[in-house]
Amino acid sequence: MLFEMQPFTAFMNVESSRSYVDDLYSQDPNKCLASIVCIKNSVIGSNRQKESVIAQGIVPRLIYLLKDKTTKVAVRIEAAVTIGSLAKGTEDHIELLVNCGCIEILLEVLEENEPRLVDACLCCLRTLSQQSYSSTRKYSLANLQKLLNFAGPKESLQRQSCVATIISFACKSAAEQNALCSVGAHSILASLLAIQNYSVRIPVVTSLASMCWNNQVVANEISNASCKDIKIPNFLATLISRDRPIEMQLEAARCLTNLHRAGAIQAYDPIITYRTLPCLVRLCQVEHLETHRAVAADTLAYLTEVDSDLQQVAAISNQLVSALVDLLKCSSVAARQAAFRAFASLGANDEDIRKRIIDTKCLMDRVVDGLGDENKDIRLAAVRCLHSLSRSVQQLRTTFQDHSVWRPLMTLLTESPSTELLTAASSALCNLLLEFSPAKEPMIQQGVVQLLATLTSQSDPSLRLNGVWALMNLAFQAEQRVKSQILTALGTDQIFRLLADSDTRVLMKTLGLLRNLVSPRTHTDTMMALHGPQVMQGVVLVLEGPHTPEVKEQALCILGNIADGERARDHIMSNEDVLKKLIDYMTHPAPCLQESAVFCINNLTRRGEPGAIERQTRLKDLGVVNILQQLLSTSDTILFNRVKAALTQFADRLAVEYIF
Amino acid sequence: CSIYFKGWDKQSYGYHGDDGHSFCSSGTGQPYGPTFTTGDVIGCGVNLIDNTCFYTKNGHHLGTAFTDLPPNLYPTVGLQTPGEVVDANFGQEPFMFDIEDMMKELRSRTRLEINDFPVPESQGEWQAILNKMVSTYLVHHGYCNTAEAFAHITEQPFNEDIVSIKNRQKILKLVLAGRMGEAIEKTSRLYPGLLENNQNLLFMLKCRQFVEMVNGSDIEICYKKSIGGYSPNFNTSPRPNSPVQTSVIQSTKSFSNKGKQTVEEMNQQNVAHNGTSCLNQTTIINTDDSDVEMDISDEVQNGHGDTCMNGRNGSTNNCYQNGNSHGNNITHELKICCDNEDEDMDVDVPCRKISSKPAVERILEFGRELYSMSQRLNIDKNSNELNQKMLEDAFSLLAYSNPWASPVGWQLEPSQRESVCASLNSAILESDNKPRKPPLEVAMAHAQELVKLMSSTGLGSCAFASLVDILDQ
Repeated sequence: MLFEMQPFTAFMNVESSRSYVDDLYSQDPNKCLASIVCIKNSVIGSNRQKESVIAQGIVPRLIYLLKDKTTKVAVRIEAAVTIGSLAKGTEDHIELLVNCGCIEILLEVLEENEPRLVDACLCCLRTLSQQSYSSTRKYSLANLQKLLNFAGPKESLQRQSCVATIISFACKSAAEQNALCSVGAHSILASLLAIQNYSVRIPVVTSLASMCWNNQVVANEISNASCKDIKIPNFLATLISRDRPIEMQLEAARCLTNLHRAGAIQAYDPIITYRTLPCLVRLCQVEHLETHRAVAADTLAYLTEVDSDLQQVAAISNQLVSALVDLLKCSSVAARQAAFRAFASLGANDEDIRKRIIDTKCLMDRVVDGLGDENKDIRLAAVRCLHSLSRSVQQLRTTFQDHSVWRPLMTLLTESPSTELLTAASSALCNLLLEFSPAKEPMIQQGVVQLLATLTSQSDPSLRLNGVWALMNLAFQAEQRVKSQILTALGTDQIFRLLADSDTRVLMKTLGLLRNLVSPRTHTDTMMALHGPQVMQGVVLVLEGPHTPEVKEQALCILGNIADGERARDHIMSNEDVLKKLIDYMTHPAPCLQESAVFCINNLTRRGEPGAIERQTRLKDLGVVNILQQLLSTSDTILFNRVKAALTQFADRLAVEYIF
Repeated sequence: CSIYFKGWDKQSYGYHGDDGHSFCSSGTGQPYGPTFTTGDVIGCGVNLIDNTCFYTKNGHHLGTAFTDLPPNLYPTVGLQTPGEVVDANFGQEPFMFDIEDMMKELRSRTRLEINDFPVPESQGEWQAILNKMVSTYLVHHGYCNTAEAFAHITEQPFNEDIVSIKNRQKILKLVLAGRMGEAIEKTSRLYPGLLENNQNLLFMLKCRQFVEMVNGSDIEICYKKSIGGYSPNFNTSPRPNSPVQTSVIQSTKSFSNKGKQTVEEMNQQNVAHNGTSCLNQTTIINTDDSDVEMDISDEVQNGHGDTCMNGRNGSTNNCYQNGNSHGNNITHELKICCDNEDEDMDVDVPCRKISSKPAVERILEFGRELYSMSQRLNIDKNSNELNQKMLEDAFSLLAYSNPWASPVGWQLEPSQRESVCASLNSAILESDNKPRKPPLEVAMAHAQELVKLMSSTGLGSCAFASLVDILDQ
């Protein structure tokens, strides 16, 4: 019966709405007002009705009525309220409203300072600002100032709450943070904290949190501001108390976290260690709502991301690990993502914590599941968690192997992932390819070498870094065939490009890779026989480049390794240019370069090896012995020992000569 | 709950430092927290509401260790290494862990639980019951106008007998003002037979009357014959509510025993147990002024500055209290005024002469009447003993030169009138076939008893369920 009635009702609605919509265009203000009120009442709480009146094209008319100063105030107010109601509709509705210039017009109308109109406009702006589509809107300095004027201590609660909410959503980047700070938003917001009403306090704290996120200057300003003579961090610490509403606790903890991460509060400050951290840990517990737990875990992840003391405290607090494992079982993306992030932070530095996390029942299964999750944010969070946990040598050899973690990781890497995911995944890969990792061999078989070689030519420096880094790890004490595979996959051209990389970290790891390729001694000759000229060219390239001593030291170390190879060392001895450079570095002001050069000389002149005498003679002719004897006066003990060792090689020969 | 070894035995629970495990009545532990050693501060908290237990390490909450704990646990600590020392803190110093924050949460949780406690449909209309309770309370205590206004606002029918309420109110006001003679007279006029049938109550009222005579509050002293209680000649009396009224006894003694006492001596005595002279002086003026108006209004207890009507006004109230204000019932406000010079008091001295001598004789006469009444009253043993005690206490007042400072002086405090007032009120209501106690007070008393019962049964939330705290919010 009811079902049959529906088409009829819909028909009635369209018919009856047509007449009052027509009145919207009437010149008679009373008719117009009556029409808007009808529209307003019809659209409240009904997306279908919103859709219907928008389809009839009323938005431009509403905007016109709102904007037109000759229109009766009552009509303009109703227009603003109706727009605000439409702004609670679907994303399409909001997009339409924003594209019609609603926000600009509302801000303009605010300038008129008509009190009742201001209230309606602020509410409407609040609704619009909460929608993701319009949150990209930038507010000018004048706009912000105007808005803040309506948040003074004598304004109504509604206005204060509206302005705080608008600001909390508007503050998205450093530009807004600094702009807000420059118009004194921090002190206005700080004074609003005194208002004993959570509909004001919560958005105020959210705004403060947005303002200080990752912005040291603003964070310092905020932590020096006060409310009722109490400094903001201390005031927030009271809002964190357990008897406050959960949202209040969460936002206060988030703001304190941001203040800490931006450098305004130290990690050892009791407000962080004994208030903020325990509050967040508590809100992660099972008894709280999933949404609250997700925000708490995410904030906790950020709070403990870098400080190992905080990681340790969090790890023993309130059975956090099991609460987070439980959070992983939740259905929402936010919850699982937050739990992975929190695990990643907790396990970042401490082996014991990592072990405890991994030993938790089913955790690795969850991580592996997460790697293959259909949601990309969860995949990313899971990879980051895996990266953090992969720092454990023991786990690499045990749990990681048991779960064949490398398999989903390789799948992820080959599925053309986003740069962010690729960076995180390749970081984890670096650890999985360490010499002692059992995952190394199967991954080589799956073509990891080629994959990494491709990474090294990516435009993102962190991807190139991870690619070379992983290859360096892979080459360490690897078999000859792996090394050849690396060289083949990379190609000499690519190696030269990497040696000329603008990012020093990439250059350092490339040199490390070369060093691993030409060592140990047993591999040096073979590698040099195959790629000698290119390697020497690369080394010279670096030695001649405008690099720091730390970089050049790596190049000299490669020479030291080459000098260790029976036939490989001929690449040095036959290269006048390289020899001269070596000798010059023996007297270089940087001790690390002197040490490496002397070490290389020592390897070249090692007695008892074929051709040692000829090489010693050659070097002696170049004045090496004299330089070595001068270096004996050094105060650097490492250098002194190496010089003495090198001189011994010569001394033996001199003695023999003398005897004969 | 304890720290070491404990937890292995039955009904014992522990957290071990060597492996960080928790032990619940068994030899095998569960992984619980971090290990701990010399220098660490370990805390143990038992939540008597949830019957759970948690430990802390260096001020960090380690999470719930045990649930469903039995009652009556005792703290113990076990040590393994000889010579090891443990400092125990039971709260004599601040805890490292922020226990106060947790208490706040439990307190607000208990409060929420009480506030949100569901009232089943079967219990009837909750709001209507509450309204009824409030209005019966107001009626019971004779707040006639308030009761009427409340009924009006809450849209309840108001069928109470207003005249009856007003009558009760008048009598109770007299009692609270210490004017027992008038109160008794009015009661027997309005409720004939009530006191005759309740000799114990009458005796109690008479005893009180005796006390009030000593106090100087009862009109009977001077105006025995003015039965009506509205005696217009009141105003003719020079300063009936004389500020330095002190005790009639005292004044008498100073005349009879010492003959002439110097004015100064008297003043000193006055200051000793009165000390509110200056303020009283002004008060009197005010009262006198208002008397003019009051005479016009129909309901006046003039002369004595009618405590009841102006009862809220501290200074007026003091008119009744003065003379027996031994410091402890002087309000702070009054104390400020005490430092004023004595000059004013000279003025007051003569008035004592006026009220003294006949008053004492009258008291003694009244005492004899009271005694003979007690002799006639031999009902049952229990109430007899009570009556005897009451009489002795009252008569003892005469034995002291300064009754207010005497060991039986407590009887003279105006607050003692309240219990007499309540008894009389209850008796009147009972005679009207109404409850002796209003339902609101019954409910309060009931709730208070229940909280005590919670405590003795081991329900922890009673700590946060104090009736006063909850009503204070």
